[in-house]
Amino acid sequence: MSLFAVSTFVVFHFALNRTTVSGDLAAGVLWVTLLFAAMLGVNRLFVADAEQGGFDGLLLAPVDRTALLIAKALTLGACLIVLEFVAVPAFALLLSPPLGGGVAGLVAVLALADIGLAVIGTLIAALAVHTRARDLLGPLLALPLLVPVVIGAARASSPLLAAAGAGAGASAHAAWPAARWLLLLGLYDLVFGLIAYAVFDFLLED
Amino acid sequence: MPRPTLRTLSVLTVLAFCVYLPLVFFYAPIEAEEGFVQKIFYLHVPLAIVSLCGFVLGGLFAIAHLRTRESKWDLRSYVAIHMSLIFGIGVLVTGSIWAHASWGHWWVWSEPTLVSFLIVMLLYATYQPLRFAIEDPERQARYASVFAIVAGAFVPMNFLAVRLSTSYLHPRVLGSTSNLPAPMGYTFLVSLLAMVLLFATLCMYELAAKRTRILLKSRSRILGYQ
Amino acid sequence: MIFSSTLPNSNDGYVAAAYIVFFAIVLIYVAIMAVRLGRVEQRVRELGSRARKADEQPQSEQERETV
Repeated sequence: MSLFAVSTFVVFHFALNRTTVSGDLAAGVLWVTLLFAAMLGVNRLFVADAEQGGFDGLLLAPVDRTALLIAKALTLGACLIVLEFVAVPAFALLLSPPLGGGVAGLVAVLALADIGLAVIGTLIAALAVHTRARDLLGPLLALPLLVPVVIGAARASSPLLAAAGAGAGASAHAAWPAARWLLLLGLYDLVFGLIAYAVFDFLLED
Repeated sequence: MPRPTLRTLSVLTVLAFCVYLPLVFFYAPIEAEEGFVQKIFYLHVPLAIVSLCGFVLGGLFAIAHLRTRESKWDLRSYVAIHMSLIFGIGVLVTGSIWAHASWGHWWVWSEPTLVSFLIVMLLYATYQPLRFAIEDPERQARYASVFAIVAGAFVPMNFLAVRLSTSYLHPRVLGSTSNLPAPMGYTFLVSLLAMVLLFATLCMYELAAKRTRILLKSRSRILGYQ
Repeated sequence: MIFSSTLPNSNDGYVAAAYIVFFAIVLIYVAIMAVRLGRVEQRVRELGSRARKADEQPQSEQERETV
């Protein structure tokens, strides 16, 4: 996943024909790359369980089935964090967005977005793994569902990556993302976390 | 009150349309800013509202299905979502026509309702592929219900997110529905009612057709044919 | 009538187009359902005739079931 992200940044350099990106463009490049790398992780999440009988093992064990949801979501979240440890510095290196003091804010946005990605990713992965075209259906289902996450994350990161002194208004550089986007991401995480918790059991019956 | 039959619903729908269309064209006043084109409002907005409620209804039916495990709820969920998809195509097309008429472009990103609708439609367009990709019928119904619930919760969340992201610098192309003068308000309510009735009638129609097909299949199987 | 006197000529085409599209969608849907209904009726007739044929065969061992 990390390698994919780094390669994507290189592709973006050639596709956009730029050596630096800032503001909205930087936020867009970063989040699209993270999103598609996350899709790769989602595709692989339950495959081993489906093929090697992990699902049956869990159903036989005297354990609450939602434990699988939490375990897999944490796994996906951890993968995303590792991904970001590689991808964000690579992004800073290759495409030199002006970061300034915005790193802490960026971390906050990444954290909230990761929760959303992990929850929806796990839910959709569990849904898609039993279908016939699972590699195709997973991202197809997940991408529209993740649009609010992209909206919140990209809008929140954009001022953090804007060039300093670029002028007043939406593209001014800031150190901390606007509260509304953090609230949006938080609300999304809460709502879909609860729904995933409520609904996951039904995916595991057999 | 007993469940309305298909016949009563159809009659009511036709009556509603007979009232709705003349009201739109002869009673509602011409809007000051947009002119005659604003009349699309009485078509596009009710379609949108009914379609969105249909999607959420599909989610609610799905909850009932998961709770009771009766396939009738799954059938209703499927039909509601399918019908909302069809209405949704109407929303996107009429919205695009309205955008072109008022703004000159066939698509505008600054209209949050239209954009949210596009995303919601992209999501629900995967509903049928998902169903057909699962062979076991019980699992198919169960997974479809899970999807319908998640997607139903997504609809309001998506509208919130897109509305927040719409730049306040660009004025909304298609105008807001607040502060409508009384004649327009009445016309709007009637158009909404007409669309709701149409949705309900078409859903009943489709449910009846599906039930007949299922009955036919099971009877022919009992008789020993394929 | 009020209708014709308030029509600006440039944009009324769009309004008509929108309403026509809507009705076209509804009509196409009804047409598709009608075709499906025709197919179902055809199958019912087919089943009915097969069942009647089976009735007439004395050594038929098929399960009798009212349709």
